[in-house]
Amino acid sequence: MSATVSGLLTIGVLIVALAVCYHPMGAWMARVFTDRGHWRIERVVYRAVGVDPDSEQGWRAYATSVVAFSLVSIAALFVLIVVQLRLPLTQGSTGMGVSTALNTAVSFVTNTNWQSYAGEVGVTPLVQTVGLTVQNFASAAVGLAVAVAITRAVARRSSRGIGNFWVDLVRGTLRVLLPLAAVAAVVLLIGGVVQNLSAPETVRAAAGGEQIIRGGLVASQEAIKELGTNGGGYFNANSAHPFENPNPFTNLLEVFLLLLIPFALTRTYGIMVGDRRQGWALLGFAGFLWAAGVAATTASEVAASGAVGDAMEGKEQRFGVWSSALFAASTTGTSTGAVNSMHESYSPLGGGAVLANMLLGEISPGGVGSGLYGILIVAIIAVFIAGLMVGRTPEFLGKTVGRREITCAALYILVMPLLVLAFTGLSLVMDGPRSAMLASGPHGLSEVMYAFGSAANNNGSAFAGLTADTPWFNLTLAASMFLGRFVPMLLVLRLAGLLVEQQPRPASAGTMPTHTPLFVGLLTGVAVIVALLTFFPALALGPIAEALS
Amino acid sequence: MTRHMVTGGHSLREVVPQAFAKLDPRHVWHSPVIFVVWVGSVFTTGLAITEPSLFSWSVTGWLWATVLFANAAEAVAEGRGKAQAATLRRAKKETTARRLSQDGAEEIVPGSALRVGDEVVVEAGQVIPGDGDVVEGVATVDESAITGESAPVIRESGGDRSAVTGGTTVLSDRIVVKITTKPGESFIDRMIALVEGAERQKTPNEIALTILLTTLTIIFLVTVMALQPLAVYSGKAQSVLVLVALLVCLIPTTIGALLSAIGIAGMDRLVQRNVLAMSGRAVEAAGDVSTLLLDKTGTITLGNRQASEFISLDGEGGRDLPEAAYLSSLADSTPEGKSIVELAHTAYRVDGSRTAKALAVEGAKFIEFTATTRMSGVDLPDGSGVRKGAGSAVATWVRETGGSVPPSVQQIADRIGESGGTPLVVAEQVDSDAPARALGVVHLKDIVKSGMRERFDRLRRMGIRTVMITGDNPLTAAAIAREAGVDDFLAEATPEEKMRLIRAEQAGGRLVAMTGDGTNDAPALAQADVGVAMNTGTSAAKEAGNMVDLDSDPTKLIEIVEIGKQLLITRGALTTFSIANDIAKYFAIIPAMFVVLFPGLDALNIMRLSSPESAILSAVIFNALVILALIPLALRGVRYRPSSASALLNRNLLIYGLGGVVVPFVGIKAIDLVVSLLPGLS
Repeated sequence: MSATVSGLLTIGVLIVALAVCYHPMGAWMARVFTDRGHWRIERVVYRAVGVDPDSEQGWRAYATSVVAFSLVSIAALFVLIVVQLRLPLTQGSTGMGVSTALNTAVSFVTNTNWQSYAGEVGVTPLVQTVGLTVQNFASAAVGLAVAVAITRAVARRSSRGIGNFWVDLVRGTLRVLLPLAAVAAVVLLIGGVVQNLSAPETVRAAAGGEQIIRGGLVASQEAIKELGTNGGGYFNANSAHPFENPNPFTNLLEVFLLLLIPFALTRTYGIMVGDRRQGWALLGFAGFLWAAGVAATTASEVAASGAVGDAMEGKEQRFGVWSSALFAASTTGTSTGAVNSMHESYSPLGGGAVLANMLLGEISPGGVGSGLYGILIVAIIAVFIAGLMVGRTPEFLGKTVGRREITCAALYILVMPLLVLAFTGLSLVMDGPRSAMLASGPHGLSEVMYAFGSAANNNGSAFAGLTADTPWFNLTLAASMFLGRFVPMLLVLRLAGLLVEQQPRPASAGTMPTHTPLFVGLLTGVAVIVALLTFFPALALGPIAEALS
Repeated sequence: MTRHMVTGGHSLREVVPQAFAKLDPRHVWHSPVIFVVWVGSVFTTGLAITEPSLFSWSVTGWLWATVLFANAAEAVAEGRGKAQAATLRRAKKETTARRLSQDGAEEIVPGSALRVGDEVVVEAGQVIPGDGDVVEGVATVDESAITGESAPVIRESGGDRSAVTGGTTVLSDRIVVKITTKPGESFIDRMIALVEGAERQKTPNEIALTILLTTLTIIFLVTVMALQPLAVYSGKAQSVLVLVALLVCLIPTTIGALLSAIGIAGMDRLVQRNVLAMSGRAVEAAGDVSTLLLDKTGTITLGNRQASEFISLDGEGGRDLPEAAYLSSLADSTPEGKSIVELAHTAYRVDGSRTAKALAVEGAKFIEFTATTRMSGVDLPDGSGVRKGAGSAVATWVRETGGSVPPSVQQIADRIGESGGTPLVVAEQVDSDAPARALGVVHLKDIVKSGMRERFDRLRRMGIRTVMITGDNPLTAAAIAREAGVDDFLAEATPEEKMRLIRAEQAGGRLVAMTGDGTNDAPALAQADVGVAMNTGTSAAKEAGNMVDLDSDPTKLIEIVEIGKQLLITRGALTTFSIANDIAKYFAIIPAMFVVLFPGLDALNIMRLSSPESAILSAVIFNALVILALIPLALRGVRYRPSSASALLNRNLLIYGLGGVVVPFVGIKAIDLVVSLLPGLS
């Protein structure tokens, strides 16, 4: 079977699998977040933290809860990492410095999972399990909660409450992520991913020299790593490591897992706002961008592999060009950041495509929760500009997009470019950061821009090449991750507070429809043009200059 | 394009000095986008002075031109209002007033000394000194100073035609006016402020759009500022001049420059249709209206009923019904009476040569229709007579002469009433001492104005529901509503019913527009999102509404809605155009900046512009000229044809979205062909 046929078949199987799960998954999540009853174990949790699960929170209380929970999580994880060598189960870990620890804590709580350390030695198996894996669940559940909150705000009329963060957090974890992750872990285990607590083994390699082979609770972390669009690998090589991702089957499963929730959330949205066509439109938008990303990345890599060997640099033999490109486009489009190949080694345009995928703002289809609310922000901007063109005050599902609403949306789209461009610019003119770069010229520029694009978008994948474990990068990247996660979240919750209060205007022939192919096209146009206009000059000096030289 | 079109009828001599005067940073500050251009222009001026070159001075000149064109757009828009304000000012000359004191004595005081509650006497030939209500007398008033309409109007105490406006002239009779506004806050003062744009505040949509445009400006500012370190890293620092040029080309200058002109012109379009909006907010709300409340009389139907049919009783001898109806209506000057004469003549071939004048010469005695008699007729010299009028009035007359009215008359009248019409009974007396007898019934019908059905269909396509408001009974109302094609009706409407309807619509999230003139309309006018008061109405109604129609034409509500929509569409279209323009500008400027560094980037120079300098300059020139080119569109508004939102979106995205992408490629290339002829830029 030729690479093309097998590549197309892989994509076909993936799409069929996603299509089959789209309805049940979306409907299940809609039920989870609208259910009035509580599970017994949930009641135990609520009683333990002192929350009345039947009370509703306004946007302020909801936002305060999100921030408080996340700040406590960062602090706890940071302390845990700093003291990890004094705890049991060190298994030869060397630990990490304070700036790296801070970076790592912020990284995992913001669902970024940027890793300035090498997974094998940076953290102990204990921290991996009770620190990082816990945050893999929690950070994804926080994103899910915020997305559900804004969805409720769109759906409800003249209310104040947008849900209860603690309930959403607990349900997202217990009812959505945990069961799915458990099933996925088992399937991964069957597929060959390791899961043990054995001590590192030192083996003598065939060509001489010694090699330390480490195991660990890999399969359990691997499942939520993809499912929660986290991306932090157990091993430094991430999903390129044979223990994390041993064969094409697990590779396909991992891609499936990272796309599952972000796509299905569009269904959840359609159900919750009471108009499934709205969900279809968002799916159409996200699906088109994802397909375009896959097509662009694959095409560039396949074209580059004309010169045999070239395109295989940084890629695993067992995956080949097609499955590597599919993984790369999906991981950058979902803010996951797991990698099964080294993006640094991609052809200039292929590397540019995955970079652009992130710079779009993680909406193709984006991370768990964050993808949906990112898409909704683009929709509000699109509705505002185009809505004026139908001669009415712009409205989104009947809710007016006025001064305060557009302020939230506008500031949202301002945050990420500001962080990426400012920090990239600063890093490039400072001597210290420049010496951390592996490449020079346009490729070096891409390395740095990729790092900040990845951090500010909470993606977490790295272009490699850049030695990011320096105080400058650790701290600026941590700042990018923190601000890139929570400022947009707060703006989304503020927007939710504004929308939930409104009485929607009934739709009529004078209302601009937000479910038609035309609107999907408009949404795509706005997303692409805004990203293009913002980043074109920088991309021109990076990947484009490299490609055209 | 003629100069006349660009400046909207105002000479360049007026606009140019104003454009320069508006360079004052305190003024420019109001438009953040243009303020950034202004700051950039100051910067490049400094650079051009320290390092003069043809390129630097050209860029600087065109950057200043960008700001000036923006100012000119606003000046032109304001200029149109200024002419109108000048006319109004002439009406607002200092007047003297004859104020009545408590004891009824008159004293002469200046008009500006009048206070609310003062009563003044105005007689023929005098100018009314202030806004108020007529509390005594009837007069004809020349209101051409504010309406432009030369036909005098009647103003009388009591009722819904009591309001008079300061500055208008009494033509006949004497009235006593109770002043209702403070000096300086009169209707004319407010009109002047409105048409001059002095009171102009940014409308909610305009503020929201400004926020988005400002955010885009900040994003581009960051993009351009971050570009310098990237350029330094790549090995070629860019001159600040070029970075400023790039920034100005990227930020949405087109819409930023035209935004206030679009708002002023929108208000002005209303003024040209003789509608005064008390706020821009109201104009915007008009575009959002989803329910129109329309009074039946005068809006949907002709103000008056018209005769449609004569239904005779089977009586023997004497005159036939059409002739009797004709004769009895000759002296009836009401529109109903005229319509009977017309119908008898055209449809029933009654001899039209017997005019009222001819009969009067013969010695006929006419009984005119009055509100008290509710009956008109004529007594002919031969002793016979005919009467026509309301059933009860004619019956009384018949009985007085000793006759009686058969029950079939009542049956016919009831049937007409049920179908939505009004019955008039015709009776005749063959001799002055013979008993009179009823001949038959005239069917007066509400005539739905022609073209209304089409207009309501059009509104429905725009997603607007029409509700007819009428005092008629539900049966009649339903018949007319069906004929006119409105979506719904409110019969036997009282002011409270109207209010309840508006509240119910608003509670469902709909915006409501209505017209009104009476004092009892005032609460509903105030409650409606768009309340258009008729200028003939009471001051209470005019106070309560947020628009006044000087022509007092209730159908104008439909035009007002269209103007509101057009205003929003123009803003959206130019915003889309402005943003879409950036793509071409990138393709012009980015390769120009970095082609020295990366020769491969020349592949992005798809317009094949002749040199980096000419590429940058061409983009800057295009950016400035496009503002100038779009001033007429901003003033006139985007062409608007009522249709569904989807159809509008399709059309406007194609023209302003796709057009916005394509036009600058052509424009910049064309300008480059000219610019490259300059020495040192090719």
